[in-house]
Amino acid sequence: MSDLTQEFIQHVINGVSLGSIYALIALGYTMVYGILQLINFAHSEVYMVGAFAAYYGARHLGLNNSPGITTLIILLVFAMVVCSVLGVTIERFAYRPLRKAPKLNILITAIGVSLLLQYSGQIIFGADPKVFPNVLDDSVLAMIGTVELRTFDIAILGVSLFFTAVLTWMIQYTKIGKAMRAVSTNHVVASLMGINVDRVISFTFIIGSSLAGVGAVLVGMKYPKIDPLMGTLIGLKAFVAAVLGGIGSLGGAVLGGVLMGLSEEMVVAYLSSTYRDAFAFGLLILILIFRPAGLLGKASQEKV
Amino acid sequence: MTNSSESFGKKSLQTTVLPILAIVVFALLGQGLEVITNQYVQLVLLYVCANIIFAVSLNLVNGFTGQFSIGHAGFMAVGAYVSAYLSTSVVTQPGFFDFIWFAIAGGLVAAADGYVGGLPSLRLRGDYLAIVTLGFGEIIRVVLLNMPAVGGARGLGGIPRPAQIELGDFILTPFYLGYLQSIFWVIVTLVVLWRLVHSVHGRTFLSVREDEIAAQAMGINTTSVKVRAFVIAAFFAGIAGSVFAHSAQYLIPQTFAFTKSVDAIIMVVLGGMGSITGSVFAAVVVTLLPEFVLRPLADYTGVDLRMVIYSLALILFMIARPQGIFGTREINDLWRRK
Repeated sequence: MSDLTQEFIQHVINGVSLGSIYALIALGYTMVYGILQLINFAHSEVYMVGAFAAYYGARHLGLNNSPGITTLIILLVFAMVVCSVLGVTIERFAYRPLRKAPKLNILITAIGVSLLLQYSGQIIFGADPKVFPNVLDDSVLAMIGTVELRTFDIAILGVSLFFTAVLTWMIQYTKIGKAMRAVSTNHVVASLMGINVDRVISFTFIIGSSLAGVGAVLVGMKYPKIDPLMGTLIGLKAFVAAVLGGIGSLGGAVLGGVLMGLSEEMVVAYLSSTYRDAFAFGLLILILIFRPAGLLGKASQEKV
Repeated sequence: MTNSSESFGKKSLQTTVLPILAIVVFALLGQGLEVITNQYVQLVLLYVCANIIFAVSLNLVNGFTGQFSIGHAGFMAVGAYVSAYLSTSVVTQPGFFDFIWFAIAGGLVAAADGYVGGLPSLRLRGDYLAIVTLGFGEIIRVVLLNMPAVGGARGLGGIPRPAQIELGDFILTPFYLGYLQSIFWVIVTLVVLWRLVHSVHGRTFLSVREDEIAAQAMGINTTSVKVRAFVIAAFFAGIAGSVFAHSAQYLIPQTFAFTKSVDAIIMVVLGGMGSITGSVFAAVVVTLLPEFVLRPLADYTGVDLRMVIYSLALILFMIARPQGIFGTREINDLWRRK
């Protein structure tokens, strides 16, 4: 293999690893959108709180400097629980009173919740960045030529794949998954069939938010600097990923996330790192103009 | 309205008499402000002017046309940078009236940007449109960040205010002249947008807001109406940027990040989507409150609660009074004969 190909493969590995994190967060956006037709702006702040939950959890449990798989699992569970409680609380107190209000009002509320969490976070956690605990030792597992397969990348990929698989199983083969699909198709008819729509919506928030918690721990592990504004950019990118894949479609969110991670890595590697963030938005605008339904989404006709 | 002469009288009252009266009153008021206030208060007053223009222009899109733009700060950034660049690098020692051209140039470039961004994205609806405007605003900011000609991330400093004018013993200071310009633009914005939304074109904006499909059925090209609203709003956001640039005298791209757009959304939502006077009221309150109430409070308690209070207000308003303080009413509805 030439040096250039090896470099390229290395970028592909990094891109897929970054992309699978985007995918996890994008799943949260896409699930909530599928059920409520709402862009849950607060999702990126749930993710941020997840990172801080893991940070304080590790300090509290004395896991600050004991890297290993157990630490990873404990922190994942901890972040997931905190995030799902937060997600359900937001849904219950901010979104549910507006269930019958115009969509615009809920969108504004979502922006409000997002800002509230961001700025309360700055007051409670402090605005300065914190160093995330050492979750895993980052070592080179295998070398192919100069291409490195590192523990972090493998762990991120493994964890993301695991949760995506669990989610797919849950949506496709369990009763609550069936109920979620029914509510997302038509929540009025679903409630006529005896489905408790509010409960299904709460459950969706639990799942989506806990995936954000998983993403937060993985990001904290790889880029161990966390601050209360960390959610904004990654949240937007994950949202772009969800739109890219086709919002409302779970497979689309994963595909979009990976594509997003890959293309971002390639832009930084071969073009310019300063335009990295503009690239994500440029991509978004192009998709929305040429294929608003996304890659895997179904185009829907507006009806009178 | 019974006969045409009465309607003409009302129109000329709105378009000439009241505005000129307002400019004269504020011009006199400015001389007083000059004496009794310090530089800090003066700067805040100029920001109030910029924010009024900014909020009212956003109201045209979000309130009257019923679209949802959350990247309005991008257009303000364009106007600010164009105006600042012209006054620092193109024209040396600009005179009083040059600043009007700077503002218009800033507004026109912002409007062109609004056209480029609006034409493709306004075919989209609701949340998608929101996200595209957000993306567009961020792209503008990143481009500015990477533009060495306007200072990039270091910022652009040394932006002048109008040089002082001496009329015999009487001196018009840079603050006073800047203040006059700002007031002038506030009044122009208010008159133009007021007349616009009360005209036939304004009705088409409202029809798109009320029911897009019905509007289409009545033969209205809704995309072109939306683009028109967007371009006009971008123009005035550019003017607001120019006013802001010559008040602050220093620009960095970070000023025009997402939070700036959110400021405008808060003003429009609190004031009432579809109420010009509501936006003016909210812009004044939202600009003055943090400076004169929340800053002392923050000094006292040691934590900056400004954005926490705003975001809470946003949520509570949406739950309890989604139409904002004014709703779609204007202040003159209070005394207008029914």
